[in-house]
Amino acid sequence: MIAVLVLMTLGIVIGWFLHHKEKFLLFTGRLTNWAIYILLFLLGVSVGTNEKILNNFDKIGLQAILITLFAIAGSVLVSWLTYHFFFKQDER
Amino acid sequence: MKGSLIILSFFVAGLLFGMYKLLPDTMLQNDYSLYALYILMFLVGIGVGSNKKTWEIIKSVNFKIILVPLSVITGTYIGVTLFSLLQNNMTITEAIAVGSGFGYYSLSSVLITEVSGETLGVIALLSNIIREIITLLFTPVFARYFGKLAPISSGGATAMDTTLPIITKYIGADYAIISVFSGVVLTILVPFLIAIIL
Repeated sequence: MIAVLVLMTLGIVIGWFLHHKEKFLLFTGRLTNWAIYILLFLLGVSVGTNEKILNNFDKIGLQAILITLFAIAGSVLVSWLTYHFFFKQDER
Repeated sequence: MKGSLIILSFFVAGLLFGMYKLLPDTMLQNDYSLYALYILMFLVGIGVGSNKKTWEIIKSVNFKIILVPLSVITGTYIGVTLFSLLQNNMTITEAIAVGSGFGYYSLSSVLITEVSGETLGVIALLSNIIREIITLLFTPVFARYFGKLAPISSGGATAMDTTLPIITKYIGADYAIISVFSGVVLTILVPFLIAIIL
């Protein structure tokens, strides 16, 4: 996992130096999309060959929905407090 | 939305290829995904570093604006921790890792897959796509009943791009900069938070 973070940080530094090279950035942008497509395709393949996941897909889907509802409820409520105490007074 | 459909269709295509064994065995036995992930992270870094928004945003930093992504992180973690305590299929660590995607489903799902396996990776993929969809659908409700930061908060990392138009439509253009700021900060933090947690 460290390798992942080092590579990303290296990318940020290089990106900062090359931020005016538009053709290069267009190219890396496209490459980024394809890297994502390939990785999700591969994730699909390993899920498709994994009987355990396929047989429990309904359960996994339900868990995904529930955890998202909790995540959104929590963040919406905390940001409501933040809004109430720090932002609201700025508005007329 | 178009982006999510493309990504989802690649996932589904992979799923079908896997289920019907359409790929040569050598491809199934060798795991290329780690190398693809390395390349992706390097490219994501270049994208973040070269983005004019990133550096303009850093100039606009002040105490109050930092509170916004901080509230998203705190609230999400409180929510998912509560969830993990209410059931026994997911540990607190796993739940927080899934929550740390903040809607950035492509990156969070592949990172989590690499560390914790496909089951949690799929949950992360679905959960973070659902986060984006709920934000797109419920922004008017959130804005009306829970204040102007609520849609930004629900959007998480997507508040800088895919959900930004709908968010600014309902909370006003003066909050757009806060939305972009929160989204950018969360987007950058996603890989770091997942790496620390897992």
